Amino acid sequence: MSRYIDEYRDTDLCLKISEEIKKISHKPFNIMEVCGGHTMSIRKNGIQKLVGDNIKLISGPGCPVCVASIGDIDKIIALSELNNCIICTFGDMMRVPGTNSSLIKAKASGSDVRIVYSAQDAVKLAKEEPAKKVVFIGIGFETTAPTIAAAIRQATEERINNFSVLSLARTMPQALKAVTDAKDSRIDALLCPGHVTAITGTGMYDPVVKKSGVSCCVSGFEPADLLRAIYLLTEKHEMDQPALINAYERVVNEEGNVKAKDVMDDVFRAADAEWRGLGIIPDSGLKIKEKYAEYDADKVFDITVPPAESFSGCICGDILRGAKDPADCGLFGRECTPEAPKGACMVSSEGTCAAWYQYGE
Amino acid sequence: MCWSVPGKITEIKGKIATIELSGIKKDVALDLISEPEVGEYVLVHAGYALQKVSEEKAKFTIDFFKGNK
Repeated sequence: MSRYIDEYRDTDLCLKISEEIKKISHKPFNIMEVCGGHTMSIRKNGIQKLVGDNIKLISGPGCPVCVASIGDIDKIIALSELNNCIICTFGDMMRVPGTNSSLIKAKASGSDVRIVYSAQDAVKLAKEEPAKKVVFIGIGFETTAPTIAAAIRQATEERINNFSVLSLARTMPQALKAVTDAKDSRIDALLCPGHVTAITGTGMYDPVVKKSGVSCCVSGFEPADLLRAIYLLTEKHEMDQPALINAYERVVNEEGNVKAKDVMDDVFRAADAEWRGLGIIPDSGLKIKEKYAEYDADKVFDITVPPAESFSGCICGDILRGAKDPADCGLFGRECTPEAPKGACMVSSEGTCAAWYQYGE
Repeated sequence: MCWSVPGKITEIKGKIATIELSGIKKDVALDLISEPEVGEYVLVHAGYALQKVSEEKAKFTIDFFKGNK
């Protein structure tokens, strides 16, 4: 038995709340699950089928691999082609297509690309390979950003001078605003990412609720967590009362993890970032502060790449904004499959297209 | 990618804790949480403990489904 996991997978519990949702749900209701982890859990557990016909669950931009721009991928590949360089990355990044290549193709062509479990592993590798330059691809949201920051501080403390980070980290609030305020938005409420919010605290959703009038409910990742969060959102929707709700109380509070936020603030500064599908969003990226410049791969290596080109016909951008579903894409399941992905949403294990392909609509 | 799993701290040595995750033992860094204690559950993500799990508040979801909304 796995504590804090199994009890939230109880079938009777899930069916009970499913019944309760159907009892109170009368109006059409579009809920965007922001996080890629939620997308996978929803599809894997058949949550869409448990919430009745009035509620439509739409996937959002919360898969950091999927929202990495094509230009980001091109830059990583260019880095991997430098002499004496080892690229360390989370595994999901390996097959994401750039303009002409991917990391897995670069590795096949002789680049030294290694999959790691954490930024700390890359620091360890740098210590073991002092003659090489180890670059960690720092991708992730507020959940992962503190771990990248902590690794940079560790490298500083241990005076490791062959380690750097290409920071592609992004923050959620600006992207959520872009999604909910878009002219073609069909979103009535957000199912908010539990582990991002464990760091940030629930306060970051205040503007979405108060200014955009969109309800936000923070949820855990187990089926009972998600169903409870959907119940609470439905209750507010039926009363036309936008609200901020925390349904993941066991790890989320209003202020978040202050220590982790301090570590993140020490290392990173806000910067504009390009999101696949959403374009450049001001202050939505995290770049390394000047005082840690020697660990900033953007400063250590002078890399410029030609303008990126996207694959014709791919609608990942619209899917990431929640404007379209994978079924609306002419490539989905035919030219674009997990074995031969054309777009990022099919590559990542948490991508919307990958989830639809694996578990069905 | 923000996937995290709850694990129980079984030992602490400096800034590293041994965590039991569904029967598997793993060392994780404690740089990001305050005052961890053996026996507590923490969320583990990418080699770090991210947040403590509240035993008291963990019951909210279970009780909710039992009808105490």
